[in-house]
Amino acid sequence: METIMQIVFVPIGIASLGLILSLIFKGIDRRIAARFQARVGPPLVQPFRDIMKLMLKETIVPENCVRWVYESAPIIALVGSLMLLLYIPMGPFNAPLGNFGDLILVLYLFTIPSLAMVAGGFASGNPYATIGAQREMVMMMSYELPLAMLAAATAWKVTSFSIAKISSTVIWSTVGPLGLVGILLLLVVVLSVAPAELVKIPFDAPEAETEIAGGLLVDYSGRNLALFYLSDAVKSFAFASLIVALFFPFKLGTTIWGEFLWFLLKVLIVMIVSVTTVRVAAARLQIDNIAGYYWKPIALVSLAALALIAIDTAVVI
Amino acid sequence: MIKNAFKRALWVYHINTGGCNGCDIEIIAALTPRYDAERFGIKLVGSPRHADVLLVTGPVTAKMEDKLKRVYEQTPDPKVVIAVGNCGASTGVFHNSYSIRGPIDKIIPVDVYVPGCPPRPEAIIHGIAKAWEKLEGKK
Repeated sequence: METIMQIVFVPIGIASLGLILSLIFKGIDRRIAARFQARVGPPLVQPFRDIMKLMLKETIVPENCVRWVYESAPIIALVGSLMLLLYIPMGPFNAPLGNFGDLILVLYLFTIPSLAMVAGGFASGNPYATIGAQREMVMMMSYELPLAMLAAATAWKVTSFSIAKISSTVIWSTVGPLGLVGILLLLVVVLSVAPAELVKIPFDAPEAETEIAGGLLVDYSGRNLALFYLSDAVKSFAFASLIVALFFPFKLGTTIWGEFLWFLLKVLIVMIVSVTTVRVAAARLQIDNIAGYYWKPIALVSLAALALIAIDTAVVI
Repeated sequence: MIKNAFKRALWVYHINTGGCNGCDIEIIAALTPRYDAERFGIKLVGSPRHADVLLVTGPVTAKMEDKLKRVYEQTPDPKVVIAVGNCGASTGVFHNSYSIRGPIDKIIPVDVYVPGCPPRPEAIIHGIAKAWEKLEGKK
């Protein structure tokens, strides 16, 4: 009985908590971006309002789309994002499926919402969506190498791919000076991958709304658009949680709820540094510049970080 | 709650049907930090499929007539059309020109008119605020 409760209700609880938290974080992100631009900005509940409005709108299915792909893509995207929350520990609360999956699985799960968007974009039959889907695929191919380096480097140091294991050891304390530089470089890499992973400015070429009219999402409306919106919010939250779990697993040593608030604060700071600030400060890059940026400097930096951590491990042992 | 769903979450799609760009610049001005339409949840979107409000400017030239109709049909219901500027409301200085098929309300139903040549950003935001009332009544 208890196991059924655990299997059914804990994931539902975490998914709904994750949805609410993600939307609040999206609201905070929009508000802070507005303050950066000397605006008042929308209230924190704005994402909830947007979702509610989209749910009430008519959902148009274009005549020449591949209907089953077009209709299932938003659901797959949202489910993929929510699955992430079940594998990434939320501060003091362990991930319910943490024993069944590791960092590699999580990195693969991160590609599912993007792949669903690509499939949906191609299926909608709109030329703008096709361009957006192609750009999204190019971008995914570019930032996957640095992410793989991140997984390899952390696992090299912690000798485990399990996120629970990685987040229970403070990675900064396990290394010598060389490794410290390596981990700092890794942090830079993962923070610069974040905006592309989440398709935010300056890496939002697949969704460029002033250029290709919303790209991947151009033909989505109503409920389907709301699901993509939710999936984007949850994915942002999950990615920031992953960065916190990997790099900042510091504990305050207070009560469990205090620890949870501390975790949320850390997620918020990671989000502001890697997404909000960048998206306010920069303009959109062209897709070939994005690919070049990830394949040249960021890939090199991540390789250097991996090498430094490997050398450090060899020296320490 | 449901009744007020549109009240502060209007997404706007802007289409120019052959105007002089004056109104379009004022629409952009309404989104700048000085007027900050986003604090009311008003957002400019790139695709009519995402829109609740169509901001139409210009007197509707012959070339733009069927495009305007198509954009109107691509917008999911419930939706509101706002004609921004004198051209949209009455074809303005282009009145009786050989290439003009407008004004806008001859081609698609218009809910709110924002007069002016060009109207001030405050007037445009006020027009969108009027569109809220219209949307809530429509449902």
